[in-house]
Amino acid sequence: MEIVGSILVLIGSLIFFLSALGVIRMPDVYNRIQTGTKATTLGTIFVLTGIAFLSPGWIPKLVILLIFIILTNPVSSHVVARAAHFNKEPMSPLTTCDKMDEAEE
Amino acid sequence: MKFKAAVIALFLGLLIWLGLNGSLGREVLITGIIVTVITSFFYIGSGVFRDVHLTPRALIALIAWIIVFLIELVKSNIDVMSRVVTPKVRINPAIVQVKTKLRSRLGRLALANSITLTPGTLTADIVDDTLFIHWIDASTVDIDEATRKIVEKFEKHLEVLFG
Repeated sequence: MEIVGSILVLIGSLIFFLSALGVIRMPDVYNRIQTGTKATTLGTIFVLTGIAFLSPGWIPKLVILLIFIILTNPVSSHVVARAAHFNKEPMSPLTTCDKMDEAEE
Repeated sequence: MKFKAAVIALFLGLLIWLGLNGSLGREVLITGIIVTVITSFFYIGSGVFRDVHLTPRALIALIAWIIVFLIELVKSNIDVMSRVVTPKVRINPAIVQVKTKLRSRLGRLALANSITLTPGTLTADIVDDTLFIHWIDASTVDIDEATRKIVEKFEKHLEVLFG
C-alpha cells in the first residue's frame, strides 16, 4: 500500500516537474498555458491517488478535490488565453494561422 | 420540471457534504439534510441544470465520456511531455476555428473543458457555436476537418447528456 502510494506521488511530482520545464521552454504564452494546464491536471490526479493509497480514510475528500480541480483548471486556462489574445500578446513566429484575429476584424 | 434543478442541487449538496465529513453519523446526516433542503429551495424554477437529461442513456453517455476523457488526458500528457523533453521544441501552433452542434450552455462548457485537457488543444474563446482553439500541432486549419478531429469524439457523448 505505502509503496504503491509513494510511487504514484512520485510519478505525479515528475509530471509537475516536466510541466514546469515546459513552461520555461515553450516560446509563447499560449503554448505555455498548454503545458501548464494538462500536466498539472494529470499530476494532481496522480498525487491525490497516491495520497488515497497512503491514507484511505481521506478518499471521499480527495475525490471531491479531484472533481473540483478537473472542473476549474481548464476554465482558468481559457480565461488566461482569452485575456492574452485580447491584449494582443505576441504569438510565436512559428504560428501558422490565427482565425481568432481574422474573426475580430 | 420546475423542481429538477432543486432535486439535482439537493443530491449534489448532500453528496459533497457527506464526502467532506467522511462519515454517516446521525448528527452529520441530519445537519446535512436540513441544510441541503433549505439551500435547494433557492433552486426551484432556476434554469441551471435545465439542459441535463436524466435518462439511463444519459448515464451511459456520462460514463463513456469520462472514459474517453481520461484516455485523452493521459494521451495529451504523453504528447506534451514528449514535446517538452525533445531537444528542439517541435511545435506548429495555430488558432483554428471549430463548430459545435451542442446548444446548451452547460454542454458547451463541458466540451470546452474537455478540449482543453486533450492532446495539444486549448480553447481560447467561444462565440455562439464557434470555438476558437489554440492547437499546438495544427495539421489543418480547415473548419470542418478541425471539427472532425477535435470535437467529435466528445460531442457524441455530450449530445446525449446535455442536448
